[in-house]
Amino acid sequence: MSAEVKATPTPAAAPATKRRRRRIPVLSRRDRVLVLIMVAVPLLADLMFVWGPAIATVGLSFADWDNLGGLGNIHYTGVDNYRFAATVDPQFWPAVLHNVIWLLVFIGIASPLGMLFAVIIDRNIKGSRIYQSVLFLPVMLSLALIGIIWELIYSPNYGLLNTLLGHTSDSNSIDWLGNPHLNLWAVLVEASWRQAGYVMVLYLAGLKAVDPSLREAAALDGAGPWSTFWRVVFPVMRPFNIVVLVVTVIESLRAYDLIYITTKGTVLPGLELLSMLVTQYILGQTQRIGYGSALAVVLLAVSVVPITIFLRNAFRREDAR
Amino acid sequence: MSAATPDVGLDVPRTLDPLASAPETRRRPTSFGTVAATAFMIVMTVLWIVPILFALYVALRPISSTATYGYVSLPHGGLTFSNFTDAFTQGQIGHYFVNTVIITVPTVIVALVLASAVAFVLTRLHFRGAIFLLILFTAGNLLPQQAIITPLYWLFTQLELPIPGAVLYNTYLGLIVINVTFQLGFCVFVLSNYMRSIPDEIYEAARVDGADLWTQWWRLTLPLCRPALAALATLLTTWVYNDFFWATVLMSSGDKRPITSALNNLQGQFVSNQNTIAAAALLAAIPTLVVYFVLQKQFIAGLSLGSAKG
Repeated sequence: MSAEVKATPTPAAAPATKRRRRRIPVLSRRDRVLVLIMVAVPLLADLMFVWGPAIATVGLSFADWDNLGGLGNIHYTGVDNYRFAATVDPQFWPAVLHNVIWLLVFIGIASPLGMLFAVIIDRNIKGSRIYQSVLFLPVMLSLALIGIIWELIYSPNYGLLNTLLGHTSDSNSIDWLGNPHLNLWAVLVEASWRQAGYVMVLYLAGLKAVDPSLREAAALDGAGPWSTFWRVVFPVMRPFNIVVLVVTVIESLRAYDLIYITTKGTVLPGLELLSMLVTQYILGQTQRIGYGSALAVVLLAVSVVPITIFLRNAFRREDAR
Repeated sequence: MSAATPDVGLDVPRTLDPLASAPETRRRPTSFGTVAATAFMIVMTVLWIVPILFALYVALRPISSTATYGYVSLPHGGLTFSNFTDAFTQGQIGHYFVNTVIITVPTVIVALVLASAVAFVLTRLHFRGAIFLLILFTAGNLLPQQAIITPLYWLFTQLELPIPGAVLYNTYLGLIVINVTFQLGFCVFVLSNYMRSIPDEIYEAARVDGADLWTQWWRLTLPLCRPALAALATLLTTWVYNDFFWATVLMSSGDKRPITSALNNLQGQFVSNQNTIAAAALLAAIPTLVVYFVLQKQFIAGLSLGSAKG
């Protein structure tokens, strides 16, 4: 390429001849090579390590493969994996249920709580900055770390919760993280502790974007703070509502770290989640790549909904330009 | 579901006349609503900080004391830093910190360089398919990691490195590659939104001055994007630092793992000593807390950039 590099050093002259497409500057040969590299390297990486595996997941979900004996050992089995999940696997439906509960708790409790925090902080009451700093603190911590520090609270014999409840002896202690009827809810408290702060920050940005004259107009029309918020402010924050919704759904599907650290990497009764089952089938003693992929496809299929909503919201305005 | 919202006093001012407060020069008169909101926030803030302070308290107490009296007790036997020093000497926290630096620093730099390159091309050269590529990158970042891990795991065990016998699996390089690729989408999305706000005239002037594409990107666009790059760097550092999933699945040996995923190994190592685990966890939190206190604005700006333009 170096021979012709200097051949067309004046691309600026070109737009004059092509007025109709004035936004596309004519590129020199060297510039074209540069553009190719700038796009090709990230694109190839993205295709190879994200989209390729995503497509391969779908393909493998219709096959049986133990990752031994090479690719030739992949046997096409149709929808057998899905049938097995739906009818035989005792962990599948509990996992689906737990993912749904996770999502409902995030939508019904963590997000409204975060929004409430944001609304109050946005009112600038005394101490707002302290509240904001503390409530946002868990968002900075890794979920693995959160799992560890909450184990101290839930510890059956020594923990804060059982001590407060007076249940610390071996006979009456409550095993918050072990009891299959309690452990999901105990973990969801930890997860919401973090999620609420995350939602709070997103809504704080949203509230700042609301034109103050809207509120004044609503107040002049006799609307109270309650109806002003729900009828005026909340609808105006639509893009932020969508982002929060998308983040909530995707975080619910990704839920993994907290469970993993709580169960030390195994799948415990009461804490089955699709994400945990997927990794169990690739990291376990017997690898069932095909079956794990089928479970991953369930995650993939559900994630298409929030991803589509987000993309429509994000790129619609671009088309208008 | 708005069940959690109404009973905290936000709706109370409705019964007081909202107009009554409007003409006053003080915007927030002390109303019942304000008092209720303040009380609520104080309670929540205390609830929010308790788990962290409790972990700190347990980490500061010797195991002999908590084993006898439980975690909720006066500090019999005094407070000690020995759990923290144990985390360093027996738990090798320092070693894991080094692993984290080896992975995080290149990840953030490479991700930002690649993302800004793509974003620059996609926003500046209006070729067909640019939007499609933008959507492709953005959507890739939103996939649940577990939805792609199965083939990815296999790929990592197959891709050979120039070093004999080595594959991408269980290497620092492997973790850098997947972290860069997975975070690329978000960075491309944020940076392309940011670059679109740079006026065309600047580029036209640069072209008249004979600036080639490299100059327009590296010398013109990147400096103009400094606020967005700073915010993204802060976010990425925290996210990659806190990554648990890639490091636990794509790394088999504990001694190469970065600090966050190594916490899981430490949990096994100190299984009977929660105090040292708590100390290790709190030590692992220090870098992100430093980021938080020093760069809170950048961090929040980054999150807002991702959502506000969305």
